[in-house]
Amino acid sequence: MTGGSDAALVEAVSRRGTAVPRRGRPPQAWDRLKRNPLALAGLAVVGLVVLAAILAPWVAPFDPVEQFPDGLSPEGRPLGPTGQFWLGTDLLGRDLVSRLLYGARVSLLVGVLANGAALLIGTMLGGLAGYLKGWTGAVFMRFTDMMMAFPALLLAIALSAILRPSLWIVALVIALVNWVWIARVVYAQMLALSSREFVEAARAVGVPTGRLLVRHLLPHLVPTLLVWGTLGVSTTVLFEAALSFLGVGVRPPTPSWGGMINESQSYFLDAPWLVIFPGMAILVTSLAFNLVGDGLRDALDPQMRGR
Amino acid sequence: MLLAVVALLLPPGVALGQGGKVAVVITFKDDISTLDPAVGYDWQNWSIIKSLFDGLMDYEPGTTKLVPHLAESYTISSDARTYTFKLRQGVKFTNGREVTAQDFKYSLERMLNPKTQSPGPGFFSGIVGVKAFQEGKAAEVTGIKVVDPSTLQITLDAANAAFLHTMAINFSHVVPREEVEKAGADFGHKPVGTGAFRLKEWVLGQRVVLERNPNYFLKGRPRAQEIVILVGVEPSVALLRFQRGEVDILGDGIPPARFVQVMSDPKQKALVVIGDQLQTGYVTINTEVKPFTDVRVRRALNMAIDKRKIVRIINNRAVPANQVLPPLMPGYDKAYKGYPYDPAAARKLLAEAGYPNGFSTTLYANNTDPNPRIAQAIQADLARIRVKVELKTLAQSTVIEAGGTKGKAPLIWSGGMAWIADYPDPNNFYWPILSCAARGPGSWNWAWYCNQRAEQMAKAADALVRPEQAKIRAERFQAMYRTVMADAPWIPIFNERRYTMRSARLSGPTAIFVDPIHIPVHYDEVGLK
Amino acid sequence: MARYLVLRLGQALLVLFGITLVAFVITFLVPADPARMIAGQSATAETVQRIRHELGLDLPLPAQFGRYLRHVLRGDLGRSYAQKVDVAALLRSRFPATVELMVAGIVFELLIGLPAGILAAVRRDSWLDRTVMVGAFLGVSAPQFAVGLLLLYLVAFKLQVLPLGGYGGLSHVLLPALTLGIAGGGWYARVMRSAMVEVLTQDYVRTARAKGLPGVQVVSKHALKNAILPVVTMVGLDFGTFMGGVVVVESVFGWPGIGQLAWQAIQIVDIPVIMGVVIFSALAIVTGNLLADLVYPLLDPKIRYQ
Repeated sequence: MTGGSDAALVEAVSRRGTAVPRRGRPPQAWDRLKRNPLALAGLAVVGLVVLAAILAPWVAPFDPVEQFPDGLSPEGRPLGPTGQFWLGTDLLGRDLVSRLLYGARVSLLVGVLANGAALLIGTMLGGLAGYLKGWTGAVFMRFTDMMMAFPALLLAIALSAILRPSLWIVALVIALVNWVWIARVVYAQMLALSSREFVEAARAVGVPTGRLLVRHLLPHLVPTLLVWGTLGVSTTVLFEAALSFLGVGVRPPTPSWGGMINESQSYFLDAPWLVIFPGMAILVTSLAFNLVGDGLRDALDPQMRGR
Repeated sequence: MLLAVVALLLPPGVALGQGGKVAVVITFKDDISTLDPAVGYDWQNWSIIKSLFDGLMDYEPGTTKLVPHLAESYTISSDARTYTFKLRQGVKFTNGREVTAQDFKYSLERMLNPKTQSPGPGFFSGIVGVKAFQEGKAAEVTGIKVVDPSTLQITLDAANAAFLHTMAINFSHVVPREEVEKAGADFGHKPVGTGAFRLKEWVLGQRVVLERNPNYFLKGRPRAQEIVILVGVEPSVALLRFQRGEVDILGDGIPPARFVQVMSDPKQKALVVIGDQLQTGYVTINTEVKPFTDVRVRRALNMAIDKRKIVRIINNRAVPANQVLPPLMPGYDKAYKGYPYDPAAARKLLAEAGYPNGFSTTLYANNTDPNPRIAQAIQADLARIRVKVELKTLAQSTVIEAGGTKGKAPLIWSGGMAWIADYPDPNNFYWPILSCAARGPGSWNWAWYCNQRAEQMAKAADALVRPEQAKIRAERFQAMYRTVMADAPWIPIFNERRYTMRSARLSGPTAIFVDPIHIPVHYDEVGLK
Repeated sequence: MARYLVLRLGQALLVLFGITLVAFVITFLVPADPARMIAGQSATAETVQRIRHELGLDLPLPAQFGRYLRHVLRGDLGRSYAQKVDVAALLRSRFPATVELMVAGIVFELLIGLPAGILAAVRRDSWLDRTVMVGAFLGVSAPQFAVGLLLLYLVAFKLQVLPLGGYGGLSHVLLPALTLGIAGGGWYARVMRSAMVEVLTQDYVRTARAKGLPGVQVVSKHALKNAILPVVTMVGLDFGTFMGGVVVVESVFGWPGIGQLAWQAIQIVDIPVIMGVVIFSALAIVTGNLLADLVYPLLDPKIRYQ
């Protein structure tokens, strides 16, 4: 089957069982996933969030941008949860439930797309640099140094005036900024990994570089990627808020979870629900992604269980 | 690294609260920029500079009444173009030297010199010889004459009723030449003046400490021994420190987030002084951009905004506005009704103008709270008359730039950026922001408005210099502003009120905490019980 | 070794130059006019134009950049447009506070994250593990402003155990560092757990255990040494990030760090200060990454550089 003889040799030399492709993998993986209650719970939550985002126009009790006169107290204070507004209202008298539902769209797009893109680019470039080392590696790493010192906020302001701000732009900016961090981490890991004996052995045997990278080295990176991929959902959603504040990205009155937090942060001591509800939404979503991710990893290779 | 660890363990040089016993403590969020009177022009350093330096004229504390200050008296020539100031004797700079008329000439010419990069020259362009001096064609400003060491004479191109106000603003305050030359470019951080206070200490990014000037020419002033200005303090945290007794005045005011809670607590409310400001918040309508070239559309917009709702959004910290001038401004038109809130009539007027189905446009706003919220409220109101507004909430500098760029910004919400009067005269709300003279790239006339008739009316009113003509002048300005409002280049939204929270141990009449000229407080007049 | 360092130093200079150029160009793209911001509200067009000329802002971009570069090479970072004070003096005034917060912040991140991560790894799949995981996500997802404000309110205001913000020694830096620790600790916990688990399941660890070596020793000597690699990377990254300023925490606690300076400068397009901060943080990032790169071979002797 795939990777037959070299896989056996590599396995013999390596110090641990690596992710070796097995026969008929997909059906077995799905079975394992099905038996993992936490992963299923995570999957359910992610599914709910996606549904909320898609069905928001039909499910939301109110229009998310409608400013209700009775949504504010006579002195202009937002309302806590009431019979009419289940999770309360925001500083303009808008229904929080509706805004959370519509806000899921932005956050999912940003959390999944931007984060995923950053992950992809960062892994590819960081992994290559760590594997190749030498001049390529050095040039690449200096380039990441530059990108890191890049004044992202300044770039955001400049972009906000040149481009027509939209969700895709903000996702792009986030991906362009965040891939560097992932690249650095992957680079360091790849440095360590590619110095291991099993890699030398594999090369000696004649395993092509591409296969070596994808089949044998990449699986070792999966735990790290999972950490960054899932925790990254939260940070990118919050980063989106900062960018929108500077004029890049969703414009008011379009709701986004990060934006909702941003505009009510200073009211935290007086109207904490304005921060807590969107914050919980972000937390639950990123946790759910994490559970799914862990479950997927376990399902794809039981030998890596529990990492 | 070792340094950092040591820094962690060692206590710093100054612990907070040590000055609390004799000093009045005030907090701000932003750094103090410069204390050079020729250069400083933000609302924060404006009043501090007023306590470090003095000018020929000043305002009676707590009022907008103009009185001679370093000038003992003045006379105006019969053609109203020449002012002769007799200087007070015995006024000294804090370095010990007495002030002479030559010092005033030096200070004014320094401010007018392009090398100083002062924002101020525009106020003084009416003085004879300023243009030639600025272009380098003349070595001095011929219109400023030192008659003798204690007499200064200034001649104008044309009579200007607001001229004396310009002798009260910071740009014309007197500075000692030798100190300026000694400090060079650092004069803004090593200010030496004639004021009630002098600079004791300035730790960049942390605090500025002022101590009383024992030789100040006004006896009994300043009332306080020392003023400690802490910077970098977030308004919500400043309130917490105020409640703990560490802070005497909230420089940035009561944080909006805690406003309702503070005002509904009788004990805290008692510490709040309420006043008005020389401020108007408005939406500028770019008269050069379609469809706003049609006055009917502009009027329709004026009738579509629910100003009471917007005021409620900011917790009733303002009063709805119906005209250009704020109520506190002398010359405010109490009888003027303005445009009523009538969305139905607005829709009708739009249809009349040829937009029965509305249109799309863009509204710019500053991104600091509460301006995005106010902008969204305006957006919602306009949506009701089928005007679809795209919102651009951007950094302040970007919005200001857009406003000054021809044809770029159709609508701008001025909150957080404009307009607070430089001095308490009605013409300050016209010339910089509504006049034909100001209209052009980079100006603050974001409506790109020009009405020659209004321009002539303002010019004529400014020629009425004599005190006995004050009433007629006010009436002329009222007529002029009514002309402007008929054109509806703006939608006046509200006039902000001032809520200064001050600790119980501060003495001084309440008026000084809402002094229209000194924000947040008249530093010379505040003291400790 | 020496050759490697020289090489890296050369590269660092190139990186700094690159950053300076790019940042300079970007400040140009920002649609705001510093001269107009300095001139303020009632300034006439002539005043703005004169100020622009005095600052050299009417020169073409390459000329301005050349001028700036010449000054920087002489050690002159220019004067702040707004504060009219030397940029170098501004940076110097913020440096100690920034360093103090950075050290304290990293210490807290490690204090919170590492033990949590180790515990979670050792007690894999238990309720402790799950709690740590949820905790990590909570810490990362919670907006720093809210956390900081809450801590300030509860600890400093209500309990009055610590001062209400401000700059100083241990008592002042505790809450801001804790806020940073909560936000960043989650990352360290997760990464540590991941790396530890990976090492703990390796054959040689199983062998050590089978041989009867006490658990703690197995964990500490073998596992930690190898698991610490990604942590080192992250500390290196943190170094750079913190030195670039953590504006949210600085604002809440009134900490005079570089973040507040940078934020204010960006708002009013104070180009010399913006450029000064960019160069400063670029230096820090390059240094942080270099230090991390130097530490790797110490931890894993198989890592070598050409």
